Amino acid sequence: MKIEILGTGCAKCKALEEATKQAVAKSGKFAQIEKVDDIMKIMEYNVMSTPGLVIDGKVVSTGKVLSVDEITALIG
Amino acid sequence: MWQESVNILVYEWLKMPQGEKLSDVLNFFIYDTVKILFLLIVIIFIVTLLRSYFSTEKVREYLSKKHEYTGNVLAALFGIITPFCSCSAIPLFLGFLQARIPLGVTFSFLISAPLNNEIAIAMLFSIFGWKVTALYIGFGLLVAIVGGIIIGRMRLGKEILIEVKPIEGEIHAEAQIIPFKTRLVEAKEYTLDILRKIWLYVLFGVGAGAFIHGYVPTEFITSIAGGDNAFAVPLATLLGVPMYSNAAGVMPLIEVLTSKGMLLGTALSFMMAITALSLPEAMILKRVMSLKLIAIFFGTVTLGIMGVGYLFNAIL
Repeated sequence: MKIEILGTGCAKCKALEEATKQAVAKSGKFAQIEKVDDIMKIMEYNVMSTPGLVIDGKVVSTGKVLSVDEITALIG
Repeated sequence: MWQESVNILVYEWLKMPQGEKLSDVLNFFIYDTVKILFLLIVIIFIVTLLRSYFSTEKVREYLSKKHEYTGNVLAALFGIITPFCSCSAIPLFLGFLQARIPLGVTFSFLISAPLNNEIAIAMLFSIFGWKVTALYIGFGLLVAIVGGIIIGRMRLGKEILIEVKPIEGEIHAEAQIIPFKTRLVEAKEYTLDILRKIWLYVLFGVGAGAFIHGYVPTEFITSIAGGDNAFAVPLATLLGVPMYSNAAGVMPLIEVLTSKGMLLGTALSFMMAITALSLPEAMILKRVMSLKLIAIFFGTVTLGIMGVGYLFNAIL
């Protein structure tokens, strides 16, 4: 599983990255977490409100910091 | 009713003598803080809940089908109800251009969105009531529409530093189905989050306001910000720029300043400069647009805001 966090380095993006790491650790799954801060790559996902969460190439959330539980539900 | 409760608390329970400066200042402080914080919670909650029904993706889809002028008006209106944070300014800017939305229309949105942020609206409403809030929103829209049209007319396409690939074909935003209960919970959490960030500013703002209310003579304020000073409007606008994101702390001060003789137009210019012109946003935008474009953007908005101030002071 590949999880990408889209964001240009704002505080919310860091919060989402942190929550994602915790959710993955909690689930015990093997996942590759990558922070995407290249604006052109973010645009390719058609995301306009950061932070965004992408799982296996599919945008699952934009514009908000999800809680650990919410992310766990998404990767489960 | 609330004022009477505060009177009882200060004059009877705390046994502070009525009519003395210190008791007046304390009375003012308690009255204003509780009133503002209460209304802030209510208004931010309602605004956030309403906004959860509008996404920038849906707005973009809608605007991409509109022409200039109509697009400018609609973009400015959408700026009121769409959630916007200056950290998303770049993806939003590029995303709009990708959807072939004209540059001027994009700027109308970019001017209107921060101007109509939920904290400023909630503070304005709780302090000045709906009339001043409506004037602020109305004239803010005017600045956003006219500013966007002017920038659009200037043909500044080459000042954008990143080449955007337009999206082919129809743009379609998928509608997300979110249960009402989830929206309520999210609005509640967002409201508490904002409250945690700004309550201290509100306390400081009201505290400083209460001090001016009690101890600074009216003549002093009138001489600086009153009708006789032709430079009050530009001065207020320039002072507003570095105060970005501190609408919560500055609005209570403006309340006291207007009650002590600052003209409403000057106050409006001040408030608009605080929300619409932010240096951090300019720094962020520098990555996608040339300094010349940023200067034109800020210059147009500054002139617009000053125009609103002078116009208002002249007709009132």
